[in-house]
Amino acid sequence: MTNGSVIKLSAISRYYHMGGEVIKALDGVDLSINKNEYVAVIGASGSGKSTMMNILGCLDRPTEGDYTLNGTDVSSLADSELSNVRNLEIGFIFQSFNLLGRATALANVIQPLIYRGTGRSERKQLAMDALKRVGLEGREHHLPNQLSGGQRQRVAIARALVTNPAIILADEPTGNLDSSTTTEILALFDKLIEKGQTIIVVTHEPDIAKRCKRAITISDGKIIKDEVN
Amino acid sequence: MKISRHIESLILAILALKANLLRSILTTLGIIVGVASVIAVVSIMQGFSASITEQFENMGSNTLQIEPYVSFRNQMRGKRAKLTISDYEAIGRTISGIDVIVPLTYQGGSTVVYEGDQARLQYQLGTVSNYGEMNNYYPGNGRFLIPSDDTFKRKVIVLGADVRKELKQLPASPSGEYVQLDGTWFKVVGEMEARDSTLGFSQDNMVIIPFQTAVNILRERAERFIQIMIKVENVENLPQITEQLERLLRARHKIPKDGVDDFRIRTSDQMKESFEGVMDTVTLVVAAIVGVSLVVGGIGIMNIMLVSVTERTREIGICKALGATRSDILIQFLAEAVILCLLGGLIGIAIGYGLGAMVGALVPTLPDIVVPLWAIMLSLGFSSLIGILFGIAPASKAANLNPIDALHYE
Repeated sequence: MTNGSVIKLSAISRYYHMGGEVIKALDGVDLSINKNEYVAVIGASGSGKSTMMNILGCLDRPTEGDYTLNGTDVSSLADSELSNVRNLEIGFIFQSFNLLGRATALANVIQPLIYRGTGRSERKQLAMDALKRVGLEGREHHLPNQLSGGQRQRVAIARALVTNPAIILADEPTGNLDSSTTTEILALFDKLIEKGQTIIVVTHEPDIAKRCKRAITISDGKIIKDEVN
Repeated sequence: MKISRHIESLILAILALKANLLRSILTTLGIIVGVASVIAVVSIMQGFSASITEQFENMGSNTLQIEPYVSFRNQMRGKRAKLTISDYEAIGRTISGIDVIVPLTYQGGSTVVYEGDQARLQYQLGTVSNYGEMNNYYPGNGRFLIPSDDTFKRKVIVLGADVRKELKQLPASPSGEYVQLDGTWFKVVGEMEARDSTLGFSQDNMVIIPFQTAVNILRERAERFIQIMIKVENVENLPQITEQLERLLRARHKIPKDGVDDFRIRTSDQMKESFEGVMDTVTLVVAAIVGVSLVVGGIGIMNIMLVSVTERTREIGICKALGATRSDILIQFLAEAVILCLLGGLIGIAIGYGLGAMVGALVPTLPDIVVPLWAIMLSLGFSSLIGILFGIAPASKAANLNPIDALHYE
């Protein structure tokens, strides 16, 4: 862990075998992301940014290379250990919110704390705090289908925040939202950055990339541009 | 921490089942039907079994019963066997240590007529005065046969408790009335008390007349089916007396040394045992049928669980992204299957008990319906086993889902 880096990728490759052909989704990527950075990963579809997101989120393992997350080498961990890493270090925000449909906002936010083994009263308190942070106090007993798109994404953000993760990984977080809600959510991200959170946003929208302090462009499985805005 | 995590998986499983309550109950219908039939059948059979065992116990352990017997295979070859009146007389004359000897001659298809009403009997029984005491069977009204009835071949008759059902004109106290049994006039001397029905059939639709009277009227027909009941003076002599009886009857029936007996001598314990053997076989057959139906129920549960896993693929992906391990998911889905089966088991026990109680109410002579604890434990245990067996496949399918694919499942 050098210079306070949360994420360190060295020579990361991810190959897929498809019909006898080898597809290089990621091809020798080196990347270092520091604590409290606000990073956009951009690229066209098929560029490898989804694969990048899966590897950063410990949902997938690289074929080659090393990945150090918050001081731990996670490139060769077993499935159950990866589950624990996701639970402890990573908060996910998805384009389609991915909330549990029959659970209330509160229950959705509590879910990751269940896998962490947090006690009942403590996890309820933590979840209420997280909902408050995203401005959803008073909505905790609503089901996802009783909430607007923006509100649903706030629940998802609260769920990502509640475990106090090392990084927040947002995959097209505003892709399903209108422009005013998008502004709201991005303002919320700004506030989280101010509080010291590390956020990585995977997007194909240049406007959002511009808001981030650093934009990494991926094409054909390689980083072709890494600039500070 | 691991334990509390499993408890959480269990709670999630219950919530998931509650969310689809109707489907959950329909899914478990196979188990419900299976368990309900076990409980109903077991409780009813226990009732019958208890009532029949009691009848054997009424006979006492110092009694023997001799009856003609030919194996089914020999019956098919046309062999027949019978005990004769002279067999009965010979036993009484030659075997020592006998307290009481009672002959019985059964005759089916008889009718009794009184004041124009006609009752078709299950059988008429020709026997002697000791029969009642030997079987704990006594008149509720009037008297039973007495020794002189037999000695003087009196035409007296004792009615079974159900005969009056057809003979509507019969007075409450029928002693002294005259009835016609297959065309012969008999004087009624008593009416027997009611007995428990055997397997739902009344045993009381019959009449009893003196043995010698029956022989006198029926002649050779009286020998078609004769049984002999013996009460020994001392239980310890039972084996010797049995041996003597065997030797005597084999000699009288001229059975060669290597030939098989054409009669059967059984103690009341042996009769009880052979009856219990039959009951055990029936229980086994029922258990096998029920086992098959539970397996079919289990397959139904597996089917629905597999559908449910596919339906909830995305949910599983979300949980995995949030940190659920393979075992968290496995336990949650396995718990769902087991809870479904247990729920089915519990509902099945309730329905089975209800069915048993209903049959108990419809058949008043049946003793109280009791579901034995072992049947309940066995049903619940077997249901859980089915849940685990048939829950494993869907649960491991869920647990092995790749989180990336699951998250993008539409």
